[in-house]
Amino acid sequence: MLRSRAIEAIYPALEDKIVVTIMGACAQELYDCGHRDNFFYLQHAMGLASSIGLGLALNLPDERVVVLDGDGSVLMNLGALATMARYRPPNLTHIIFDNGSLLSTGGFVTHTTSGLADLASIAHGSGAPHVAAVNTPYDFMEAVGDAFDRDDLSVIVCRVDAVGPDHFGMDLKLPENAFRFERHIREKRLMTGD
Amino acid sequence: MTVSLENSKAVYQGIKDAGIRFLTALPETWLVYLLQMADEDPEMCLVEVAKEEEAVGIAAGAYFAGEPNILLMQNHGFLAAINGIVSLAQLYSVPLCMLIAYRGHIGEPYPWHTRGGIVTEPLLQALQIPYSRAGDPRRVGRQIREAHTLSLSALSPVALLLDRDLMED
Repeated sequence: MLRSRAIEAIYPALEDKIVVTIMGACAQELYDCGHRDNFFYLQHAMGLASSIGLGLALNLPDERVVVLDGDGSVLMNLGALATMARYRPPNLTHIIFDNGSLLSTGGFVTHTTSGLADLASIAHGSGAPHVAAVNTPYDFMEAVGDAFDRDDLSVIVCRVDAVGPDHFGMDLKLPENAFRFERHIREKRLMTGD
Repeated sequence: MTVSLENSKAVYQGIKDAGIRFLTALPETWLVYLLQMADEDPEMCLVEVAKEEEAVGIAAGAYFAGEPNILLMQNHGFLAAINGIVSLAQLYSVPLCMLIAYRGHIGEPYPWHTRGGIVTEPLLQALQIPYSRAGDPRRVGRQIREAHTLSLSALSPVALLLDRDLMED
């Protein structure tokens, strides 16, 4: 299963959501579907995409927040899984694409390939109330649909191939991304009178 | 030495007066009363993290959501959070207002705090993070408000170091 296909498949459903992605291939594949101002690409600070999502979800109870994460990033901030489960925002969906590889930084295998680490078990053990482990496009779409329909914190661990885009680059400077993302949320709140 | 309840109240009142209703923190001894007050305050949302770098991400999310917020941590937690501060807050021009318990400076009896105390201010300077030291309970409220104001206007991390004079009786 290709992560790019999975992202393409959920792209239409992300239009009305607040989305945070990790660096590298995952960010590029979402950007290549077409940038929207409700997307924030965390191109560094590995591990913190989930924490940003938590801060957003706790403060935007009327929005649906989606984090597109990866195994390498999650392994750098495992405590965040426990923090998310403790505060359990009902409007947060945490999608972890597990390609078993630090693909964007040289393709070194991570602990999910070379060891026995099972991120779905770790999420479950951290207290996440709904964890799905999927490895086919059909199961992925079903898990995402369930998560978006559900008023509870959901974690989806999706096994994907260690394949990324053949190019990197965005016509979007990093602070520009942050400014437009913040403005998008501010204007949306003004419109809804929140 | 015991943690000052009266001065902790002054710090907490300063946080409230600055309009802050969202705190991200990692518990530590000098912050114990502050965190109890936050926990018991129905107006305040307190998120306790497993490690301080998480707090940088959560604070950035709160900022994007339009929620004025502050981080509470020990200076060793600041050391643990540096990559997040540099590669999220500074890289993306995201404000960050940090109240940091300044352990390990003059008067420190515990050996384990000393090395972190010695490097705290040089690191803040090297990272170009504006900071002040807060030692006077009559001034700390204003200092919190001003640190928060600067973080928003400069779109930068700003630190207020909570000194021994303030936090211990």
